[in-house]
Amino acid sequence: MPDKPLFLERASFHRRRLGDAARVLPVLSSALVLVPVWWAPALVSFAGGVLWFFLLWAGLILAVWALHRALLRAEAATMRASEAVAAGQSRPEGKAQARPAQGDARQNTGGSPDAL
Amino acid sequence: MPFETLLAICLAYVVLMFVVAFAADRAAARGHVRWLDHPLVYTLSLSVYCSAWTFYGAVGYASRSGLEFLTIYLGPTLVFTCAWWGLRRLVRVARMHHVTSVADLVSARFGKSNRLAALVTLIAVIASTPYIALQLKSVSLSFEVFATDTPEAPIINGATLGGTAGWVAAGLALFTILFGTRNLAADERHHGVVTAIALEAVVKLLAFLALGVFVVWGLADGPADIMARIARAAEAPENAEGWLLRADRWTALNMVAAAAILTLPRMFQVMVVEAADEERLTVAGWAFPAYLFAMSLFVMPIAVMGRELLPAEANPDLYVLTLPATQGQDMLAMLVFLGGFSAATSMVVVCAIAVATMVSNHWLVPLWLAMRKTTEGEATDLRGFVLNARRLAILAVVAAGWVYHQASEGSAALAAMGLVAFVGMAQVLPAMIGGLLWRGANRKGAYAGIGTGFVLWMALIFLPSVGMGGDLPVPGVMDPWAAAVFLSLSANTLAFIAVSIFGFPDPVERLQGLSFVSAVEPIRHSRMMRSDDRAEPLLAMARRVWGPEEALRYFQAEARAQGKSGYLPDLTPRFLTRLERRLGGSIGSATAHAMIDRVAGGVALTVSDLLQVADEAQRAKEETQRLESARAELAVTARQLREANDKLTALSVQKDAFLSQISHELRTPMTSVRAFSEILKDPSLTPEERARFAGIIHDEAGRLTRLLDDLLDLSVLESGRAQLSISVANLHDLINRALSAASATRPERSFLIDRDMSSEHLGIITDADRLLQVLINVISNARKYCDSARPLLIVRVQNLEADGTIIDIIDIIDNGSGIDSARQSLIFEKFARLNDPARAGGAGLGLAICREIMAALGGDISYLPGQGGAAFRITLPKRPPVGVAASGSSAA
Repeated sequence: MPDKPLFLERASFHRRRLGDAARVLPVLSSALVLVPVWWAPALVSFAGGVLWFFLLWAGLILAVWALHRALLRAEAATMRASEAVAAGQSRPEGKAQARPAQGDARQNTGGSPDAL
Repeated sequence: MPFETLLAICLAYVVLMFVVAFAADRAAARGHVRWLDHPLVYTLSLSVYCSAWTFYGAVGYASRSGLEFLTIYLGPTLVFTCAWWGLRRLVRVARMHHVTSVADLVSARFGKSNRLAALVTLIAVIASTPYIALQLKSVSLSFEVFATDTPEAPIINGATLGGTAGWVAAGLALFTILFGTRNLAADERHHGVVTAIALEAVVKLLAFLALGVFVVWGLADGPADIMARIARAAEAPENAEGWLLRADRWTALNMVAAAAILTLPRMFQVMVVEAADEERLTVAGWAFPAYLFAMSLFVMPIAVMGRELLPAEANPDLYVLTLPATQGQDMLAMLVFLGGFSAATSMVVVCAIAVATMVSNHWLVPLWLAMRKTTEGEATDLRGFVLNARRLAILAVVAAGWVYHQASEGSAALAAMGLVAFVGMAQVLPAMIGGLLWRGANRKGAYAGIGTGFVLWMALIFLPSVGMGGDLPVPGVMDPWAAAVFLSLSANTLAFIAVSIFGFPDPVERLQGLSFVSAVEPIRHSRMMRSDDRAEPLLAMARRVWGPEEALRYFQAEARAQGKSGYLPDLTPRFLTRLERRLGGSIGSATAHAMIDRVAGGVALTVSDLLQVADEAQRAKEETQRLESARAELAVTARQLREANDKLTALSVQKDAFLSQISHELRTPMTSVRAFSEILKDPSLTPEERARFAGIIHDEAGRLTRLLDDLLDLSVLESGRAQLSISVANLHDLINRALSAASATRPERSFLIDRDMSSEHLGIITDADRLLQVLINVISNARKYCDSARPLLIVRVQNLEADGTIIDIIDIIDNGSGIDSARQSLIFEKFARLNDPARAGGAGLGLAICREIMAALGGDISYLPGQGGAAFRITLPKRPPVGVAASGSSAA
């Protein structure tokens, strides 16, 4: 389809990869929370567990904060880039530009619907 | 602290909450929602998750089971790591459909089925009642701590204490009715309630942190000391057993807490229904886990210090209160009491609003509408009924909690109720997640999944928790409770998936499925009657739900958006969809759907309608593709036109040059003729001179005639009126004649002729004279322009069969410098001349005539590039085309 670029500009590419990171994070954090208890419950049940879980928890909060900040910035950068592209070339050849955030967010979450 | 002071402070706090809620509602009514809409307020309102059960109970839990209490907070944290792509999506879809509760979400997704919503409501009511009772109990227990602490207040006895719960319940019901049912807005947001809850969240957090700081730095010697005490406590034999984390319970509890944050009615209410948009989750995504982190940071220290400092028979669930009270920290104890009070009240208020919305939307209103169906009473005020139903439901929910509290005197029966409620609502999760991610999920699957989960939850978890039935008999060392959780959730999921796979959803469901899974705006089917007389009943119906002013405003705005004046918009699918969703925001999607269908006389959606929707989408796609290819065609045509234009411009320039040239050509002989005629008039000329001048005049006149003949010849050929005399000829003879005729041109140059005699003997049927003319012209040109020192002329004849016709090809090649590529396309044009015209001596018509002749003979003449010199290829068919042959024979 002509309106779905095969390759993205730097800004949108970066944003997509951050989105991938946001998808991996829950899996990683679930593993870090669950696996130690499956593996060595005695190690994480007492004082050691207090340290492990609270440090992990603080790390998770920071990770989500940093990720959301980076995602918001990347989104803004993509918007700026696409605006610049839109302003720079008004010719029809300028179609391969990055799509605005709205459409992309939809694509991220929705994907393309299968047959009705 | 005197009990009266406590009561006074408590009442003052309650009054403050009323004032805050009232002020926030007023600000929102005036449109000052900027601060109220702040993501921080949203995040704080999420803290309604931390009810009194977690405020008081977490410490008790920790002192009994060690770090296991963390699961209640870690589960939601794990869910919030999905905030960016998961929760935002949930909120967006829910906002898009104006979902009013978790039951409404499930019902809207699965074909707007009210019965499904009623089932979810049933689970919510069963799960919430003991949970609310637990909150009331925690408040009355905390009162008791202060009461037993003050021996000078003997009037306080068990009976009045039992009454505290009643008073608290009454106050909460009043607050909820006042601020939870003020309006029946389409977006179901309660600014007053949310702001009051955010404030309570701050009190809760400050109280707990203050206590934690006091315990860690006041009672113990800082974090290192606390860690040492924890390690020491863990060595006690009863703790080494009880505090050891168990993989099955740990996993099950994390799962259940994660599910609860999504499905608990009060969490869905604050997280999804009260959210203005999904963007605030970018802040809440880390801020809410941070709040939970802060709330649980000091749980272990308080538990450990409580065990050390308080008598063994003290209730660990009340360490939070008794610890500061026994240490003489009255103000701190008071603050903690207010924190616990906040936790309990905010939970009851939000839970009551959420459950009451479900009860009224999915139980009372449909029941009422079904009962009224028989009696035609459409003029009644539905809005008043819905609001009253909601108020009644709030009263009923809170009252049920209070009754339950009064009935169950044993605290043990209540303590587990938080988790029981979590597991109960978690049964909605598979259908909810499946509905959002899987278009194949259908209503029957949802019934099967939720129903299975509900039955197993009742049998294995709820009834045992109230003392009916026993634990699940599981072999081995597995925890019965964790086993029950795994069993109910996996049976639920399996039933949901299996029945969905074998079922076939109805069309409304499929449309909704598309909208939910792809997060696109749904469009109602278009089989409505498109007449204005149907719009009026719709307006009347909307008036019954929203009140006259708002309904009129909405209809007018919609009509204006369609470009119509007045109050009655056209019943377009778009308008009906929006109206239905807006109504759904007030009374639930299932009821709204049913009401619109009834009033507007809609026809049930069929599969063919769905296919039509798909067809329209397909047609639009095809149209786009068609336009795209048309654009490409246009680009090609434009390019051809551009080339033609370039050529025309060049030709025009050439023609201008030629016109001056031809004038010159005509004038030169004319001038000679005139000049020599003048001279001939002179009588003194000798006869020889006369004869010479007359000869010159004759030659010049001949040149003029040839020029004019050429022009005439060309015009005849171009107009297609050429007379051809077709005969059989030998190509070899023709080439011989051409070579000898052309040798008259620049006879001083001697050419080496390279021929292949054997291949030249070909009989052809054509106009031999015309062909000869072409050959002579080409060979003369070669003689004229070949600039090589040792000129060579190559003549090659080939006989080819192409596309079923036999053609002859004659190549005439010299070894000069050829014609540069820029001019190759112009040499066959009229009046084209290379180099200096004086040197050539022709008018530039030769090759143009050749091309016309070859066209007339059914052949072609073209320039062959890349042959090392000027090269021309003459192609002609074995026999001339039919039309030419006919004209030839008629000429003959």
